[in-house]
Amino acid sequence: MVVKVYGPIQAACPQRVLACLFEFGVDFELITVDLDSNEHKQPDFLQKQPFGQVPVVEDGEFRLFESRAIIRYYATKYGDKNRNLYGTTLEEKALVDQWLEVEAHHFNDMVYTIVLQKLVIPKMGGRTDFDLVHNCEKKLEQVFDIYEQRLSKNNYLAGNWFTLADLSHLPGIRYLMNECELGHLVRDRKKVNLWWDDISNRPAWKKVMQMFNGQG
Amino acid sequence: MAIKLYGTAASTATLRAKACLAEKGLDYEFVNVNMSNKEHKTPEFLSRNPFGQVPAFEDGDLKLFESRAITQYLAHAYPDNGTNLIIHDPKKMAIVGVWIEVESQKFDQFGSKLAWELAYKPMFGLTTDDAAVEENEKKLEQVLDVYESRLSESKYLGGDCFTLADLHHLPVLKFLFGTKAKRLFDARPHVSAWAADIQSRPAWVKAITA
Repeated sequence: MVVKVYGPIQAACPQRVLACLFEFGVDFELITVDLDSNEHKQPDFLQKQPFGQVPVVEDGEFRLFESRAIIRYYATKYGDKNRNLYGTTLEEKALVDQWLEVEAHHFNDMVYTIVLQKLVIPKMGGRTDFDLVHNCEKKLEQVFDIYEQRLSKNNYLAGNWFTLADLSHLPGIRYLMNECELGHLVRDRKKVNLWWDDISNRPAWKKVMQMFNGQG
Repeated sequence: MAIKLYGTAASTATLRAKACLAEKGLDYEFVNVNMSNKEHKTPEFLSRNPFGQVPAFEDGDLKLFESRAITQYLAHAYPDNGTNLIIHDPKKMAIVGVWIEVESQKFDQFGSKLAWELAYKPMFGLTTDDAAVEENEKKLEQVLDVYESRLSESKYLGGDCFTLADLHHLPVLKFLFGTKAKRLFDARPHVSAWAADIQSRPAWVKAITA
């Protein structure tokens, strides 16, 4: 049975899930949810995801939301089939969890605010708070400095192999490098730059990007 | 001692790790980090947590930071000690994982800001921002409405048993329950009962008084 993923291809959180499913070769069907028309706030969708957010995944009768819970589930389920994205020992898993928490709290909050201010609010007819954007950018500089330090010792965030912790950054960094025009955060840092080139050239992420570009 | 926790008793993130250690009944050494002296920004501490935040943790050679990574590690590494905080069935554990994310991404976002305004600021002699309180209370109420619905169908957030999904809420609840924000929880019967239940757990009581 094909896994159903509800959400638009343009949104970061569905992209996180699709990258993971492509890594494990899991067949899925993407069912677009039209955020512009508030489809995610309608009763039908709220039945699936009570917070009215994307993505939702339906795997037969089994339903999950929260992208980082979804990727942990699939990485645990298919861990043996492919390279392990969630560690093979308790200690490795703990390091993956640690850097996933870093992505969720230190990195994502800043990227989310920048995307909201620079892209979403103007689209809705509002004004960007450039001071807030600048503050978030400064905080991201500090975060990327820490990543640079970390990646000087390890090829990837959780160790010397690609894991969910790296994968989880793909959608957010893509936004920074493109629409947010903050590519210098990555390009100015040697190890971060190498790491980004590596992870963004993975076949699974390229497939996500093909879907993203196919829809314009 | 193999397990060491570096932090302060006033930090919700430190308390999250302490709660887990208490539920597991594990012996550990608590190392106080003097944040008023900016000890958390010293090179020594930054080598434990490059973000300069508490807590930091060690178990033998393993060094970790981020409280929710620490609790997940403890729950998986010591399954036979104390309370079982995870579920072995992968699908049921995935549901626990969903509500762990909900606490992390939604509850904590607004709950922590409210705790800062209503509990921490008075402690530090700072002035509460009433507009921020109103805004975050409204957002927290929307989250608690979802919790009310969830807890009317499920005894605990992750399922039938107390798990990390519930435990992770304890520190912010502790601070909010000492403020006017408690009324948001009291107004929702299932949420109120759940909050009372988890806060009365002997391990939690021990963690905050020890």
